[in-house]
Amino acid sequence: MGKAKGRYHEVSIVIGSLNTHTPEGRLAEKWQNYQATVKLVSPKNKRGFEIIVVGTGLAGASAAASLGELGYKVHAFTYHDSPRRAHSIAAQGGINAAKNYQNDGDSVWRLFIDTIKGGDYRSREANVHRLAEVSLNIIDQCVAQGVPFARDYGGLLDNRSFGGAQVSRTFYARGQTGQQLLLGAYSALMRQVGQGSVTLHNRKEMLELVVHEGRAVGIVVRDLLTGEVSSHSAHAVVLATGGYSNVYFLSTNAKMCNVTAAWRAHRQGALFANPCYTQIHPTCIPQSDEFQSKLTLMSESLRNDGRIWVPQKGSDTRPPSEIPDSERDYYLEVKYPAFGNLVPRDVASRNAKSVVDEGRGIGERANGVYLDFTDAIAAQGEAAIADKYGNLFDIYERITGENPYKSPMRIYPATHYTMGGLWVDYELMSNLPGLFVLGEANFSDHGANRLGASALMQGLADGYFVLPSTIGPWLAQMLGESKLPADHEVFETTETAVAQRTQRWLNINGTRSVDYFHRELGKLVWDNVGMSRSRPGLEKALSEIPALYEEYLSDVRVLGSAQTLNQSLEKAGRVADFFELAQLMARDALEREESCGGHFREEHQTPEGEARRDDDNFAHATAWEWTGDPQKSIAHFEPLDFTEVDLAVRSYK
Amino acid sequence: MAKTISVTLRIWRQDGPNAPGEFVVYQVEDIPDDASFLEMLDILNERLIARNKEPVCFESDCREGICGTCGLMINGQAHGPQKATATCQLHMREFKDNDVIVVEPWRAESFPVIKDLTVDRSAMDEIIKVGGYISVNTGAAPDANLIPIPHQTSSAAFDAAACIGCGACVAACPNSAAQLFCSAKVQHLNLLPQGQAERWERAEAMVEKMEEFFGSCTNHGECEEACPKEISIDFIAWTNRDYVKSKLKRRIGP
Ligand SMILES: Cc1cc2nc3c(=O)[nH]c(=O)nc-3n(C[C@H](O)[C@H](O)[C@H](O)COP(=O)(O)OP(=O)(O)OC[C@H]3O[C@@H](n4cnc5c(N)ncnc54)[C@H](O)[C@@H]3O)c2cc1C
Repeated sequence: MGKAKGRYHEVSIVIGSLNTHTPEGRLAEKWQNYQATVKLVSPKNKRGFEIIVVGTGLAGASAAASLGELGYKVHAFTYHDSPRRAHSIAAQGGINAAKNYQNDGDSVWRLFIDTIKGGDYRSREANVHRLAEVSLNIIDQCVAQGVPFARDYGGLLDNRSFGGAQVSRTFYARGQTGQQLLLGAYSALMRQVGQGSVTLHNRKEMLELVVHEGRAVGIVVRDLLTGEVSSHSAHAVVLATGGYSNVYFLSTNAKMCNVTAAWRAHRQGALFANPCYTQIHPTCIPQSDEFQSKLTLMSESLRNDGRIWVPQKGSDTRPPSEIPDSERDYYLEVKYPAFGNLVPRDVASRNAKSVVDEGRGIGERANGVYLDFTDAIAAQGEAAIADKYGNLFDIYERITGENPYKSPMRIYPATHYTMGGLWVDYELMSNLPGLFVLGEANFSDHGANRLGASALMQGLADGYFVLPSTIGPWLAQMLGESKLPADHEVFETTETAVAQRTQRWLNINGTRSVDYFHRELGKLVWDNVGMSRSRPGLEKALSEIPALYEEYLSDVRVLGSAQTLNQSLEKAGRVADFFELAQLMARDALEREESCGGHFREEHQTPEGEARRDDDNFAHATAWEWTGDPQKSIAHFEPLDFTEVDLAVRSYK
Repeated sequence: MAKTISVTLRIWRQDGPNAPGEFVVYQVEDIPDDASFLEMLDILNERLIARNKEPVCFESDCREGICGTCGLMINGQAHGPQKATATCQLHMREFKDNDVIVVEPWRAESFPVIKDLTVDRSAMDEIIKVGGYISVNTGAAPDANLIPIPHQTSSAAFDAAACIGCGACVAACPNSAAQLFCSAKVQHLNLLPQGQAERWERAEAMVEKMEEFFGSCTNHGECEEACPKEISIDFIAWTNRDYVKSKLKRRIGP
């Protein structure tokens, strides 16, 4: 078996250690072995343990519901008015599972390999294998809950293929897979709420993690309606608070998505891993103007039937229908004959950027490429295409005023997903004992790039199947211990700090709005820590972001009071955390002197412009420790050992 | 470049749940007609902040018409004039230069105003809590393909499951009834083979919980008109049928 040489790093960590706690044994047996030997908590004792779950997206809702079913006392927090609103609801395309219902040669091993390769060999082998194994149970669970996945005419489940795979393993529910999966998890959660095992805390924003004697003991939250700041204590804290794409201001994420929960935990000692691994999604509607509030994703499943092209010559202003086939460049099909339009996201995105940079972009602002369904409609009929993508086509038409059945869609990459996140071990516990991190908020399974339809899989794997087992050992050793009382001094000091920080935004009384600064920050990050990065750009980001942050701290204007619903006030704290995170992203991107997955360094590419990885020096995850200044964070390294996979140059040709 | 328009907004402003509210008039100039309705409000808010005035409080999140967070009464219509469109997906190109647009929160006793255009819709969660699920603990599920579900059945269940829980149906109903919301969830689950075991209890529990919070349905059909996901009122009829059947069954045994 090929093994990465990897630079060996001495791990010298003040807080905890980077032990991944990966079980012994062959890769395919690790999870089974783990489950067979893991410490259990008896049903009677479960009732004595309280668990806080922050976030009710796929990861949080599935975790809270499953823990409640097991008998734990769960407290679920969300800043939304209902758990059902979490950003997971917006996922469109589908969820992967190695069911092999299509008899096309799929298997757990193949899903594992595709995910490792898709992540450009920057993820932890054992976690990814477990994810592929658990994928089978997820689909069973969801169908039993009533998730109406697409079915064929025999009534059995249908699948589609997605980028980075040569099999059809993606389960989908029209173009609303995330909605249906979340409603499934939400219904399971509400059932537990009804039965009293889960207490729901809606419209409560976690603003601090509380750490006592080196372990996570609870959280401090602000009630978004009354402004009341309160403490909540538990035996374990689970964060399932989503990703940080909104650091770019414009992204495909819901407007409220933010990094605050994870960042506050980071500031309390949790290591933040691989912040520079961000994903740009190739198929979004291009920006139409400066006022734009967010970018809309067109599911990548569209690449199954749509063909991507630009005119062969630059500045071609003819309407698409007047450009003959011979004058079109189907650049993905030409360059990557095996995968064609289904290459992974980073490859598709960078290729779109390069044709647009060459001056071959299309549309009024020459800022997109075509995604054309003409051939698919001719071959399959409009009805079949409408059945598969009807609602996506409707969304597109509503936003752009153009009909994709008649003329090709215009698309361009946009920030979409963040692979980086809080560092966790095999048990999904961070380096801070008692703090667990699930879903997009952790860094664990997607390496440097996530394959389509794998985030939903990971969120539900973590919540339904992994955490309910892996939280056992942590709790088992606390048997009989009561949680720290929520009026303990450490909670009181944290509450005071939170209230003061909130008040601070109101006291600045500057001249520019929070959104103004957020947009400016977003531009800086997009231009310099976006789809393509270089040393000069990253250094620029590292000098300009703190300067803008200084201005923010002295000139932001937040009106109103802290005792009512105040959306600008909520945003003010979140944007401040984005300012700090952005610096860590740039720093991480600068230190990673290689190109891998979503992280493309212009200095590290082949003569053909493909990413050049450096396995000798960078086959590791970088986990950053907070020091008080994001530019002076300390790097710790988790070497990535590949025992059963050969590190190969990723090729989709 | 995109065209711009100017409109007059009459917006409901209310400081808090118990504060009196009033309409305030705002003149907003030069809004690009590619802007969504909410982006227009974003622009208004930026301008208000610049003038040291508190921005208008309205909720939204995904801005893709799927999370159900947004929802405004626009000229008396829930989610505004465009059919099958949530507020966030409505664009200014649907309006004309110099239009007067009245913007209000959802109006319903069960949705108290929190601030300005923001209301409390938590009563909807109460309905889900008592039966909007299939009781299957994690790990207890059989293989997903064990029970084939005819395409038609699964498609009908999906049509019901498409509900985004925005509350437009309640806001549009003269009686503030929640029948469309409630029956969409009842039928999503009652149509599926997996939902049969709890079919009757579900219908009874959810309908009765709904009646604690919301008004009664008198078949106006405004809910279907207002629904951004075009959920059919047939589901209400089917739920009524399930409810009555359940009551009968209880009386005469299974
Ligand atoms: C438009 C779009 C389409 C996508 N399509 C797909 C797809 O087809 N397939 C796929 O696999 N993936 C897809 N993804 C990615 C996927 O949807 C997400 O990665 C995933 O849903 C994240 O789930 P989560 O549970 O980790 O977090 P989220 O769903 O983001 O939930 C976060 C939760 O945390 C809460 N929260 C956050 N911070 C706080 C705080 N401080 N206090 C209290 N509560 C807090 C929020 O209220 C929310 O409940 C898509 C993403 C986007 C943007």
